[in-house]
Amino acid sequence: MRRRGEPGVPVPLLVPAVLAVAFLALPLAGLVIRAPWGELGPQLAGPAVGQALRLSLVSATAATGLSLVLGVPLAWVLARSQARGRSVLRALVTVPLVLPPVVGGVALFLVLGRQGIVGRWLDQALGVTIPFTTTAVVIAETFVAMPFLVISVEGALRAADARFEDAAATLGADRWTTFRRVTLPLVAPGIAAGAVLCWARALGEFGATITFAGNFPGTTQTMPLAVYLALQQDPDAAIVLSLVLLVVSVATLLLLRDRWFSRSGAAA
Amino acid sequence: MSRRAPLGTVLVLLLAGCGGSAGDGAAAAPGPSAAEVGGPLTVFAAASLTDVFTDLGERFEADRPGLDVQFNFAGSSALATQVTQGAPADVFASANEAQMAVVADAGLADDPQVFAANVPQIAVPAGNPAGVTGLADLGREELTIAVCAPQVPCGAAAEDVLAAAGVTAAPDTLEEDVRAALTKVELGEVDAALVYTTDVTAAGDAVEGIDVPEAEQVVNEYPIAALADAPNPEAAAAFVELVRSEEGQQALADAGFRVP
Repeated sequence: MRRRGEPGVPVPLLVPAVLAVAFLALPLAGLVIRAPWGELGPQLAGPAVGQALRLSLVSATAATGLSLVLGVPLAWVLARSQARGRSVLRALVTVPLVLPPVVGGVALFLVLGRQGIVGRWLDQALGVTIPFTTTAVVIAETFVAMPFLVISVEGALRAADARFEDAAATLGADRWTTFRRVTLPLVAPGIAAGAVLCWARALGEFGATITFAGNFPGTTQTMPLAVYLALQQDPDAAIVLSLVLLVVSVATLLLLRDRWFSRSGAAA
Repeated sequence: MSRRAPLGTVLVLLLAGCGGSAGDGAAAAPGPSAAEVGGPLTVFAAASLTDVFTDLGERFEADRPGLDVQFNFAGSSALATQVTQGAPADVFASANEAQMAVVADAGLADDPQVFAANVPQIAVPAGNPAGVTGLADLGREELTIAVCAPQVPCGAAAEDVLAAAGVTAAPDTLEEDVRAALTKVELGEVDAALVYTTDVTAAGDAVEGIDVPEAEQVVNEYPIAALADAPNPEAAAAFVELVRSEEGQQALADAGFRVP
C-alpha cells in the first residue's frame, strides 16, 4: 500500500534531501576530523569529564521525566478539551521555544530566585533556595525542553483516531479510564518520540542552565557548560568533550530506538 | 582567511566610493582623517568595555558620516577564538594580554598597545545584605558567592587576588564572564561576586563596590590592536587612535578604568 508507482526517490526531493544531509552532517564531520585523537585518553581520564557527563545524563533524564508527568496531560488538554482560550494557552506553551534561553534563565530567577516572586517565599518560609543547585539545572532544562514534548504529543493526539475513544465511551468507560486504556497506548509512539526530542534538547541546554543554575563542577556544570568553558582556553579539549557528549547521546538514542520503536516503527 | 580579504576589500571600496562622491574629493592627504574613513567598522571588544566603547563608537560615527561601527562584545577568549577562526573584525580590544597574545601569535594583530587597566573589586547588591567587608567573606560557606571561571580572564585575575590574600573562596558558581557574575549581583541572587571596578561603576545604584587592597597586585592591562586582516584598515587605525587619545582616555577614566 505504501509504495505507489515506481520505487525510488524523485529527483526534486532527492537533491534537497542530499543537501540537507550534507548541511547537517558536515559540521559533525568537521568535529571528528579536527579532533585531537591522541589527547582523547588523557582528556577522558580527568575527573571533570565523568562528573559533567553524569550530571548531564541525570539532569536531562530528570527533566524528561518531569516533562512527561506534566507535559502529557497538558498536551491532552490542548488537543482534546473544549475549554476556551486553548489557542492562547498553546501560544504560551511555545514561548520557551522562541525565548533566547539566557532570557529564560533570567525569567526563572525572577520567579524562583531567592528574590523571585515564589522563590522569596520559599526562602523565607522553608529555607529553600533553588538557584545554583542541581534542582535548578533540572528546572532550567525542563523549562526549555518541555514544549518539544508537549507539541509532539499534541500532534500525535490530534492525528490519533478519536473513534476509538468514542467507542470506549459508548462502552461505559469514563474519560480517565479512556485516557489510560485507549488514548495512551494509541499515542505511545508519539510520546516516545516527544520524550526523545525533549531529552536531546535538555542534554544540549546551555543558556538557561548557566544563567539560572550557574556553573559549578559536580553540582551544576553539565557537559555543554564544560564544553563552553573549555573552549575559552583549550579548543582541543572542547572538541573532545563535544565528541564524548555526541557519542553518548547518539548511542543512547540508538539503544532506545531499538527498544521503543522496533515494533511500532511509526514514529521518529 | 585569505578568501575573505578580497570580498571585504571589495565591500570597503564600494562603500568608500559611495562616500567619496558625496565628500570632499579623492585628493586627500595620506593617513586617516575624519573625512575619508567610511563603510562598516567591526570592533571586537571585551565585555567589560561594553558601555564605554558603545559611547566612543557613537562619537566616532558622529564625526564620520557614512561610517557604521559594529561591536561584538564578549569574553576576550571567545573573541580571540573568533578572530583566529577568521571572523571579519577590524579592531580587537582584549581584557588581558594573554588573549591578545593568542591573536598576535597567529600573526593577526598589528602592534598591540595597552590603553587601560582594570582592578578587581567585590560587588555586592545594594545595601550589602550579607555584610561583606573584604575578600575573607568570599570564603564564608553560608553566603552565595559568584566568581568567574578560571578559564576566563576575570577568573584568572580572581585566582591571583585570592591567592595574594591567602583566601580560599567558597563559590557557588563559576561564571562564564564578568557580566554574567554582575547580573547575578544585580538580581540579588548572590551575596557577593569578584568583578572589576568598572563593572561596579557601570551597574549604578543596584550594586555597591568594596575595595580590595590585595587587588593592587593584579592590575589587568587592556591591549588594543588594529587587525592585520582588517576589512577596513583606515577606520580601524582611526578608532584605535580615538581610544588612545585624550578624549578616549577621559571616557575610560569616567567608566572606572585606570589609564596609562
